[in-house]
Amino acid sequence: MTQTETLDVEIAEETQIKPFTMNFGPQHPAAHGVLRLVLEMEGEVVERADPHIGLLHRGTEKLIEYKTYTQAVPYFDRLDYVAPMNQEHAFALATEKLLGITVPKRGQYIRILFAELGRILNHILNVTTYALDVGAITPSLWGFEEREKGMEFYERVCGARLHANYFRPGGVASDMPAGLAEDMMTWCEELPKFLDDLHTLLTDNRIFKQRTVDIGIVSSHEAMDLGFSGPMLRGSGIAWDLRKSQPYDSYEEMDFDIPVGKTGDCYARYLVRMEEMYQSIRIMKQCLQNMPKGDVKSNDYKVCPPPRAEMKASMEAMIHHFKLFTEGYHVPAGETYTAVEAPKGEFGVYLVSDGTNKPYRCRIRAPGFPHLAAFDFMSKGHQLADAVSIIGSLDIVFGEIDR
Amino acid sequence: MNSYARSFLLVEIAKGFLLTLKYMFFMPRVTINYPYEKGPISPRFRGEHALRRYPNGEERCIACKLCEAICPALAITIEAEPREDGSRRTTRYDIDMTKCIYCGLCQEACPVDAIVEGPNFEFATETREELFYNKDKLLANGDRWEAQIASNLAADAPYR
Repeated sequence: MTQTETLDVEIAEETQIKPFTMNFGPQHPAAHGVLRLVLEMEGEVVERADPHIGLLHRGTEKLIEYKTYTQAVPYFDRLDYVAPMNQEHAFALATEKLLGITVPKRGQYIRILFAELGRILNHILNVTTYALDVGAITPSLWGFEEREKGMEFYERVCGARLHANYFRPGGVASDMPAGLAEDMMTWCEELPKFLDDLHTLLTDNRIFKQRTVDIGIVSSHEAMDLGFSGPMLRGSGIAWDLRKSQPYDSYEEMDFDIPVGKTGDCYARYLVRMEEMYQSIRIMKQCLQNMPKGDVKSNDYKVCPPPRAEMKASMEAMIHHFKLFTEGYHVPAGETYTAVEAPKGEFGVYLVSDGTNKPYRCRIRAPGFPHLAAFDFMSKGHQLADAVSIIGSLDIVFGEIDR
Repeated sequence: MNSYARSFLLVEIAKGFLLTLKYMFFMPRVTINYPYEKGPISPRFRGEHALRRYPNGEERCIACKLCEAICPALAITIEAEPREDGSRRTTRYDIDMTKCIYCGLCQEACPVDAIVEGPNFEFATETREELFYNKDKLLANGDRWEAQIASNLAADAPYR
């Protein structure tokens, strides 16, 4: 060993510093909302990542205990505000299970239609902002145009672009207005063209691939151990989808495939989300083509308010109306865990009723929570820039994680 | 070898740029010049609240307080007593627009279509106090938007 080499080694030993602790967020534009990460860095490499959550905590679960079942529905819009109707779906199904009522076929189809629309809206936002995180601005500019069209369908059916309050226990709030089905069909025909363009921009792009391929690899076994669900699990090669494994509403009548990733890295999760959008379009088309006629909500007036014309004409309907909007309905004592395949994964509602008009307990299982918890595992040994890629591919929304 | 050539010639980058240029020059413009042009809204749109009147000028609200009861955000406050002519009317009808979550349950609950969420979405204010709406403000809103509210309600009536 020469003199200079010895000196270099000595200097290297002397300059060994302890991991540098860095604060990432909560105001960081790549942190997707109010995520605060405390990163312990070894140079440019992440040693340990500690997500700090709770900045968007609103106490939804506790608030729901003080609201009637009707009043609780709007709270679910505000969990994952990127695909609001999918959250309402879980609550509506849970309440229906406790009540023991069934939804008319048309109501079920409308729900599936809008749940799949929500999935597309969510994945458009995720894929395009993910591209934004890794350096591509164009997809998000285009994506928001398509998302806007989807939001207009939301607005036409329920009156709000985001906070829908549309899926109610017993069905949906009101029937689809005339002409909406045709417009949605046209949109379903046009959307694949946009998705193909998105593929052209991103899928083969070397910059996008350099930022995503082999980043944040999760094997199928690890994905199960970490409690993953949705595209995160399917990206790791497990064909698990609640719409297939335990179909709710009329999903068993729908013909669709479950896309599965092979590598379990960020790129695989991106590909799974892209393919899921095509599958959602397939489901939406089937819904629109086979949309049955009839009621959209249960005609049990002890649960669903009677139509307005009847309320004006019939004393009994009037009494039901007043009872429903003041006291609400009493749900038989019992408990249920009902889960739906929300765009981000398994969104579950654990509902306990004590026989009164308000839930005794409503525990919400948000898919983003275990995904974020696995962030430390996924980012270990990666560079700081890759941490941003991984956050993007987790598809986290803080409304549901902090609740 | 083929893939090397493609990689060297930046084929996928060139394709991306061509597509972007196509969108830039050959696609119709989708942005709107907002304060002058507005996006479409449906008859179901849930915007700023309004209290309506009957065509003869009598206010519709009968102070049944269903909207107050159903409001998940507890944004509505109502006080009522009989008027001189004996009819039951509100003496106070306040909506705290900072609490309101625009869920539309109040207009669903109203048995006389008095409280509605109208088509107006441009009611931003400079101070917080201006968003504490009282009965006068709500009735004024109703008078101002009545034509559109009535046509929206008529359009949506078959579905309600």
